[in-house]
This record gives sequence, structure tokens and C-alpha cells, in this order.
Amino acid sequence: MTAPLNDTTAVVPAEPLLSARDVSVSFPVGSRVNARFRGEERLLRAVDGVDLEMRRGEALALVGESGSGKSTLAQALVGLLRTDRGEIRFDGKVLPASRSRADRRRIQMVFQDPYSSLNPRMTVGGMLRELLRVHHVVPANRVATFSAELLALVGLSAADLSAYPRQFSGGQRQRVAIARALALRPDVLVADEPVSALDVSVQATILNLLSNLRNDLGLTLLLISHNLAVVRHLCDRVAVMYLGRIVEVAPTEQIFSTPRHPYTRGLLAAIPRMTEGAADGSAPAIAGDPPSPLRIPTGCRFRTRCPIAQPRCEQEDPVLAAAPGLPGSADSPGSLGSPGSHDSPGSPGSVGSFGFPDGAEHLAACHFAFSVVGDGAGTGRSEKPSANEHNA
Amino acid sequence: MSAETILEVRDLHVRIASRRGIVRAVDGVSFDVPRGGALGLVGESGSGKSMTLRAILGVLPAEAQVTSGEIRLDGVDLVQLRGSDVNRLRGPKMAMIFQEPMSALNPVMRVGWQIAEGLQVHLGFSRGRASERALELMRRVGIPDPARRFRAYPHEFSGGMRQRVMIAIALSCEPEIILCDEPTTALDVTIQDQILRLLTRLCQESGVSLVFVTHDLPVVAQVCRDVAVMYGGQIVEQGEVREVLLDPRHPYTLGLVRSAPDFEYVRESLVPIPGSPPSLVSPPSGCRFHPRCAFVEDDCRTSETPLRPLPGGRSTACLHYERTLEAVEADRARP
Repeated sequence: MTAPLNDTTAVVPAEPLLSARDVSVSFPVGSRVNARFRGEERLLRAVDGVDLEMRRGEALALVGESGSGKSTLAQALVGLLRTDRGEIRFDGKVLPASRSRADRRRIQMVFQDPYSSLNPRMTVGGMLRELLRVHHVVPANRVATFSAELLALVGLSAADLSAYPRQFSGGQRQRVAIARALALRPDVLVADEPVSALDVSVQATILNLLSNLRNDLGLTLLLISHNLAVVRHLCDRVAVMYLGRIVEVAPTEQIFSTPRHPYTRGLLAAIPRMTEGAADGSAPAIAGDPPSPLRIPTGCRFRTRCPIAQPRCEQEDPVLAAAPGLPGSADSPGSLGSPGSHDSPGSPGSVGSFGFPDGAEHLAACHFAFSVVGDGAGTGRSEKPSANEHNA
Repeated sequence: MSAETILEVRDLHVRIASRRGIVRAVDGVSFDVPRGGALGLVGESGSGKSMTLRAILGVLPAEAQVTSGEIRLDGVDLVQLRGSDVNRLRGPKMAMIFQEPMSALNPVMRVGWQIAEGLQVHLGFSRGRASERALELMRRVGIPDPARRFRAYPHEFSGGMRQRVMIAIALSCEPEIILCDEPTTALDVTIQDQILRLLTRLCQESGVSLVFVTHDLPVVAQVCRDVAVMYGGQIVEQGEVREVLLDPRHPYTLGLVRSAPDFEYVRESLVPIPGSPPSLVSPPSGCRFHPRCAFVEDDCRTSETPLRPLPGGRSTACLHYERTLEAVEADRARP
């Protein structure tokens, strides 16, 4: 990572490859009756004002419970869903609501279930041929060789070009899905739970493949996963989502060694360990269910399940910010976290954290994120501190 | 069998008729569950773990059949019983918790009455007494506001709450043993944590035994004292859960542990198990794992590999488990 710098004002932050600013996505689902009698909203705000940046070549993880909006955010970034608000910038320019073919090509997606995301009536070769022709990736006479190269890249053979998806195992299908995504030579690969549907022994092959592809092709990877062990293995940074917002984002080792948000701490404590049993009678890491996105709590969204909630949390919605005094904190100008303070695009300081000193890359949306450090409040289990190589 | 054993499975064989031939889904599985104990059955899909569980409960699919073996529950061989007699045991003697509570619950029946139903049918409770007991059970499994939730339908519950309902139903007739088939696989990690803790606490309180099927190794370590690792319809290793997972004696167990990304420490790269699971229509000769095994020797291809006891109460089906031992030690020596 970057070395600590004394004069941060001199640093011109690197332009992120893909960034979301104040992005919201909602679905009209609520019933009129529930809106009238239960005070529910009729718009399900799946993603509600999210700022996120991805640097070229990095692997960013998006984690959170189901319903936290991580898949919706990913689909909005890929262009599969329209945003209600906010802008998505790619390689320095704002992507319009309906993207051109050339823009779509550069951000590709791999889905969770390789059984339903491949056309059962097309051979692997047919799928790739269609893509390559429509997007004019290679000249017509190179299509066959390029397809074979793609399959070799994901560990399949050229003979598999004439096979149908049903002839493959789950792991092989996921390789086909990855080959299909790579066919368009994307800059960004978005993988939504790519190994959740696979058996443990097969998961490893796909994770290793993703890791190798990233190194070989210089891909930027957005990995959506509920499995934090997978995330820790593969990603440089982690963004934690809760009820449509990002509540914490930090380099992977910092998330695991010093989680700042009480939700992140609970999430980590809830992971089953080989070395510990649940028989000790201690309380669960996080109590209760997440609230319905149709009834988002006022103030901090997590306060209804938070072990350290205070009266203040009911009133004030915390912004995603770094520790006080650091650039990117709530009190510094041009804050990344406060939605109201967006600078004009491209101006220095607005694009965030690349090149900032240690700690400034760790943002959390909690009033007490940086005041309750180290007491492991309410998680029931303390995190093992691990050596932070970034300081070495 | 001793009085301390509640469930005794001996040389169980389950065959499934399919278009491709006879599938030997469970092929000579034996294990004991002590009274008040918890046994985990782990393995990948197709390893026969769910079929074993279904055979015990007597709910095999129509094409599947127990062809030989014994399943003794509290001394009674379930294989010899008629369907209606097994039915009478389901509830008061054994209960089941499934992976998908939404498909296991009746969508058009109020949740409270689903919990009360077993009490009325099996124990002859009156409507009033059964509903009172159902309310108490709902409180015990941590469903908030039970009086109101009693009248709710399953679709009004979250996944975690539905699984709590399933647990309440399983506990309602105070069974001797509860059979769980991946009960937390469909849940978020925070909800999984809640359910595992609840299940463990309730089992300790009531002394009920548990058979817990899952593919998730750390989950097994949460709930069970003992674990049996299944591969290709057979048990390949058995023992105390932490000993087996942290210090395996079978190359397949080692493969599983090595291929899963571990939360506690990060490895350079994961080591997948090469190849794919065996066909159970025509399984490989000798040890079923030999085509994928890194330590394979000539006798693995020919000789049968029954589970044999090791010192310390463990057992393995591997003929050359010393090789696994060396590999584990080599892993540990690496920084």
C-alpha cells in the first residue's frame, strides 16, 4: 500500500476507475394498504445514497446480510438496473442511464447460480460467438481461436466449445460464465456470490481462478459475498453494507483486525470458528432480524440491533467518515462521506482516499466508531489482533 | 447396545433406482449417537449424508430403499417397522429440522396451530392445552410477542423466525433425538449464529440428542462433539470434531479443510481437491477416494477400506493415514 505522507495537500489523488456518488436504487413494491395503515413506504429503497470508489486493479468486496442491497448496488454499477439518483462514473466520465454498447462491454458480471445464468439451448461456443460478433471484439476469422483461448484461460479445453451447459458440473459452468464475462475484455469484473452455489472442494478452484485472472489480466474485481473468509482471501478492501447504506469501508486487514462499526464487529463475531463451540451459552453476536427496508429506522439504521445505541443515534444519521482530524473525516472539507458536500467532479480532494495517510482509508458510519475502539463492545467475542503488514 | 446409546446405525445400505442404474447412495454406514450427544455428518453434495438422515426418519424418496442394515432407535429397529408404526415414533421419539423452513411449513395454517398440531395428534392434548403449550414453546425459542405471532402465517415470518418455528415444532413432543438437515444453510451468518446458539442451549437443557447434517465444517464445530466425514456414500473418518478438523487422519478430510478459505488465517492459495466426486452407480474399486488422492498406493485401488479404529477413540478408512499425518505436520511447520 502507500507510504505515509506528511504533506497530504500535495498529493493528487489517483482517479478511481469506477465510482458511485450518492447512488440510490428503489423498487415500487409496498402496498397501498400497508402504506395507509402501517405507515410503511411504498418505495423499497434497496440502495440509499451510496458513495463507493474502485481503483484500477484492486479487488473490492461488498459484504452484508441478505437484503442489505449489495447485489442491487452491483447491478446498478454494471448497468442492469437504473438508478433513481446519483451518478456512476467510469474511467473519468459519467455513465448515462442507458449505456452505449462500448460502455457496457467494459463492466461485466458473473452471477451466483451457473445453472440459471447460462442459456441451456446454446453451446458454449455459440454463446461466445454471439458475444464476440455483436461487440466486434475480434475479426470474424479470429472468433474460433479467440474462443478457444478464452476457455484455456479459465481452465477448460477447446473441445468444450461444442458442449451444452448441462454437460458440465457446477464448477465448470462457473468457469464458462467467467469465460463469457471475459470475452468482452472488460476492465471491471463484478462477481455476485460466485462460489455460493458450489461445493467446498470446487469453491477453491474458482477462487484461485479469480485470483489468477486478476493478476494476469490486471482486472478490477468487485466481489459480492456473504462469506467473510472468501473475502479475506481474495480482496484488498472491504465495504460493509447494511440496509442500503455502506456502514464501513477499509483495507481488508483493518476490517478484520480493528472493525470500527458495531455491525461489522457483530458480523465478524457471528462467523463460526473451527476452534470454538456455541455451547458456552453466550449471547448471539447480533440479536434480532434486520428491519424491513420498507420501514427504515430513523437516525442510524443499525440502532435497533446495536449493542451500544444511544439516544443520539435515533436523531442523527451518521455519515461515512474517517477518524476525526484525518482527511475524509466528517469535519474536514470535501468529505467523502457527507452526501451534501460533493465537490465538482475531478477537483482535488473530491475523489478520495488514494494516497492518504494510514487510517484515512478506514471510514465508518457510526457516531461512536472512533471513540469505542478496543473494548469489543457488545460482540461477546474479542477479535484476535493480527499483524498489520501495511505499517511494516 | 448400551443403555447410553440412543441411535445405533449398523451397515446401512440405501439404493436408488435411476435411469443410469442403481445408485449406491449410502453404502455400509455405521455410527452410534450417545444419549444427549450430538453427531455431525459432513460431506459434499452426493456424499450420502442427507440420504442417511432420511433413511433414519423413514422419509426416503419413492425410488430409494433401505436394502440392508439396522437403524436402532432406543432399541427398536426402524428398518423392520411398518410405515404406520414409524409414523407414531415421529414426533415423540424423533423429530426433524429441514433446510428450507418455508417449504417444510404449511403456508395456509397459522404458525401457532402448526406447533400445537403434533401435541394434539401424538400426545392427545386438547386444543386449549396444546395452544397454551405452543405459546410457551414460542417463548422458549425466542419468538417475540408470541401471543400475536401465534396467529400469523409462515410468510409473515423472516427466515430466522421460520427456523425458530421449526425448532419449536421439533421440540413440541419432547423427542429423544432431533435430526437436522442443513438447518442454517439458507440463513445469514448473524441469524445462523442465533439459531446455532439457540439449538445448542435447548438441546443441553432438555438432554435431547442431535444428528446434524451440513457441508460447513466450522458450523459442525459449533454444535457437535463428534463428527463423521462422508464421501461417496461411506464414512471415511470419525472422531471428536476438533481433532478431526484440525488434525485429520484421512486425505479427503485434509482436502476439505485445505480447500476451504479459513477465516483465522490466510493462505497464499487454496488447495482444491483434484477431480470430481465418484459416480455412485459404478463406484471406483478399493478406496473410493483413490482416483483423487495425492497419497494413493497400489493397494488403495484393490483392497476394501472399512473404517478402522485408531488410538484415542477415532477411526479412519484410510490404509495409509500416516501420509496424511505427515502432510498435516508439514502444513503446520510452514510459517
